[in-house]
Amino acid sequence: MAKYNLKINGEMQQVDVDPSTPILWVLRDHLNMPGTKFGCGMAQCGACTIHLDGNATRSCVLPVSAIGKSAITTIEGLSANGTHPVQKAWLEHDVAQCGYCQSGQIMSASALLKSNPKPTDEDIDNAMSGNICRCGTYLRIKEAIKTAAKTSNAK
Amino acid sequence: MENIKLQSRRDFLRSSALAGGGLMLSFSWFSEAKAAEKIAALNLSEQWSELAAFIKITPDNVIKILCPNPEFGQNVMTSLPMMVAEELDCDWKNVVVEMGTHDNVKYGPQFTGGSNSIRMYWKPLRNAGAAARQMLIEAAAQTWGVPASEIKTKAGILSHSSGKEAKYGEIAAKAATIAVPKDIKLKAPKDFTIVRNSKKNSEGLKIVTGKPLFGMDYRVNGMLIAMIQHPPAFGMRLKSFDATDARKMPGIKDVFSFKLYDDGFEQGGFDTRAFNEMIAVVGNSTWEVINARKKINAQWEAAGDVKETMMGRGGKTEKIVPGRLETTAKQFEMMAEFDKRLAKELRKDGDPETAFKNATQIIERTYNAPFLAHNTMEPMNFFADVQDDKALVVGPLQAPGWMEPSLMKLLNLPADKIEIQMTRMGGGFGRRAYGSYVYEAARISQKLKAPVKLIYTREDDMTYGIYRPMYTATYRAALDANKNLIGFQVTGGGIPENPIHANRFPAGAVDNYLADGWEIPSNITIGAFRAPRSNFNAAAEQSFLDEVAEAMGKDPIAFRIDLLKKAKENPVGKNNDYDASRYIGVLELLKEKSGWGKPENAGKKRGVAAYFCHNSYAGHVVDMVMRDGQPYVEEVISVVDCGVVVNPDAARNMVQGAVVDGIGQSFYGALTHKDGVPEQNNFHNYRMIRHNEAPKKIDVHFVENDIDPTGLGEPPFPPVFGAVANALFKTTGKRYYNQPFMSEQAKL
Repeated sequence: MAKYNLKINGEMQQVDVDPSTPILWVLRDHLNMPGTKFGCGMAQCGACTIHLDGNATRSCVLPVSAIGKSAITTIEGLSANGTHPVQKAWLEHDVAQCGYCQSGQIMSASALLKSNPKPTDEDIDNAMSGNICRCGTYLRIKEAIKTAAKTSNAK
Repeated sequence: MENIKLQSRRDFLRSSALAGGGLMLSFSWFSEAKAAEKIAALNLSEQWSELAAFIKITPDNVIKILCPNPEFGQNVMTSLPMMVAEELDCDWKNVVVEMGTHDNVKYGPQFTGGSNSIRMYWKPLRNAGAAARQMLIEAAAQTWGVPASEIKTKAGILSHSSGKEAKYGEIAAKAATIAVPKDIKLKAPKDFTIVRNSKKNSEGLKIVTGKPLFGMDYRVNGMLIAMIQHPPAFGMRLKSFDATDARKMPGIKDVFSFKLYDDGFEQGGFDTRAFNEMIAVVGNSTWEVINARKKINAQWEAAGDVKETMMGRGGKTEKIVPGRLETTAKQFEMMAEFDKRLAKELRKDGDPETAFKNATQIIERTYNAPFLAHNTMEPMNFFADVQDDKALVVGPLQAPGWMEPSLMKLLNLPADKIEIQMTRMGGGFGRRAYGSYVYEAARISQKLKAPVKLIYTREDDMTYGIYRPMYTATYRAALDANKNLIGFQVTGGGIPENPIHANRFPAGAVDNYLADGWEIPSNITIGAFRAPRSNFNAAAEQSFLDEVAEAMGKDPIAFRIDLLKKAKENPVGKNNDYDASRYIGVLELLKEKSGWGKPENAGKKRGVAAYFCHNSYAGHVVDMVMRDGQPYVEEVISVVDCGVVVNPDAARNMVQGAVVDGIGQSFYGALTHKDGVPEQNNFHNYRMIRHNEAPKKIDVHFVENDIDPTGLGEPPFPPVFGAVANALFKTTGKRYYNQPFMSEQAKL
């Protein structure tokens, strides 16, 4: 066990866990932040996507000991009330079916738009293909990303 | 306007005052004879024949509608309350939707599956909404001293020509004192203002902000985390184990083996479980349990044949589960062998033997498909807090009512001491109709006398699943010298069930018809998977019909319509379970919307298929291209007839999802075994369709009519397989008979 001071959604949090613990389980089990989902445990499905210093990262394979001073953003930190342009676009297109993968999809999409404000269809495919949606909402996700790109740019 | 005369065995609706003033309306469902028949058709147990739910109207005009059915992405938490709100004539903006807890007596089965939610609840929920509205009107009439017939409602406001006006909330307390009406008037479809108007997902905001909605997210203070080590292969069992090292791991509370069912346990139809004796690892946190589980030193042995006691529709039966360790290639060989033997006749019209004897051309093709894992994004999990005198279980579950009887037996508790709460499900697709993971959680909590959440890892979820069966079918068509279809035969088989729906199209359209089937028992556990059996049949049959049309020199849509016209005008045999007119309607609209046969589409590589299942009709035209040397479905045109479309945009979402799912499963889906060991265990070796493989466009159209709505979760899914197979032929020049198609493609 070891103590870690983590910057999560702008606030410092301290946890005392085994250094090998993936940040996914630190968030879910130790910090009671269940918005980040467990899907596969081997970075294959993207349900656990968070931002590490703004970059989309699979939290299920990232040990807490590797985080250091990097800032973590989770779905809870994107905006608590759904006001982030990506969240708004998701609501506008009524994307979700079961909804389980959507935290990860939204985190991947928001990281994409941060680095590439006007993504092409191909850019979207490349950035999002690590995120599986078992319900098959891919078309709406793509539309929502395009909508978010427009509204973000309009700001 | 539709008048409903209530003839219930008990009071249909009961009203009571809300604490703090307001109206609460609880109602019993299925009081109509027709609904009772539907229950019988669904094979729901009699104890579920009485269903109830609640509408609550508070003085400050909040209208709370409880959703009785578990939500797994089919959008019932929006569409079912919409049906109540429509007849209540309230403002949708004031509606708050809550998931009901499970209560067999009050709410009944609360079953999500079989594309039944909307179909079953269409009348009862509207009746409830309409009754509440009539009570509000009567209450206003008494308050204002005017005749009830002069009071109008609109968007939650009562009004009278004298200028009097009141919000529902203001009159709700008074309405609670009004007798529940015996005659209920329902709106005509033309007067709908909420139904048929797209409403956003009632849980959309919670989903996009990551609120704890799912079973995985559920927690209570002091809760322990549990995982299970199961035998590595189907057909094996626990011999012995040493958990000394595992127990020493940090955070671990206990490691023990447990039996799920006691000897002679009478299994209900949804009590399927892969293994009976397993090792539980319980500790403080998920990561600690994951690590401790790796330290278990377990020995496994061949289980041999196992006798199981089943309680089914026909009473108690015993079945022998064979002990062999199965390997996929051998299973296909065994199926091919069975396919040549005499199968059990399921339906026969005319004289198929003579027709085939007289044929000038016989087309015979065999289709195969492997097991499929459900792979819901949220792996199986459940919370249980079992105490000596009561139990609470919480989690994702499609059919709580089916789990309760077995929970009562396992825990030795009466129904009223077992509380089942349903969380939102991160996907179901049939998998969560089988609750062995609920029992596992309950057993572990029972042993530890502590609140426990059982979690499956992805590997657990995939390797001791309850899979879509393996199927095979051989289709034969007899053509005469004029290329007329004079005979049709299908022989279907599977491990462990045959897929054949003997009374489906083209039964009824061919004079000489034979359907038969056979089954091979297995220890690999199987269950419902989105449109059970249909998801294979539609692939095989619709692919075969395409090939027959080609041999006859006919357009594939025209060929189907010709057959359906015959089935409509001059049906062959009895019990044809489809409405040929609605089938034709879907094909006609599909033809129109896809521009089928139009010169501008001449260059497109298109496949078409249409299918009827779960009471709805669906068809697709799939446009395929070669992209980077691989077939790719670029665009899809879909047409569905499911009667009234309650929530159109959500319905389109469901159809689009079914199309993507169908492409993915038909291209890549396969769960194979070697000596009983599943060869895929996570998404690195079980390929799922991804963003870049989804079509660019899926254009969804609904046949517009006022027919009572039927389901949508399953019907659009099966015909995707057939349309994809037929488009593959156009694209590659080869027919694809074996799923997954991309494995077949790799072999070419």
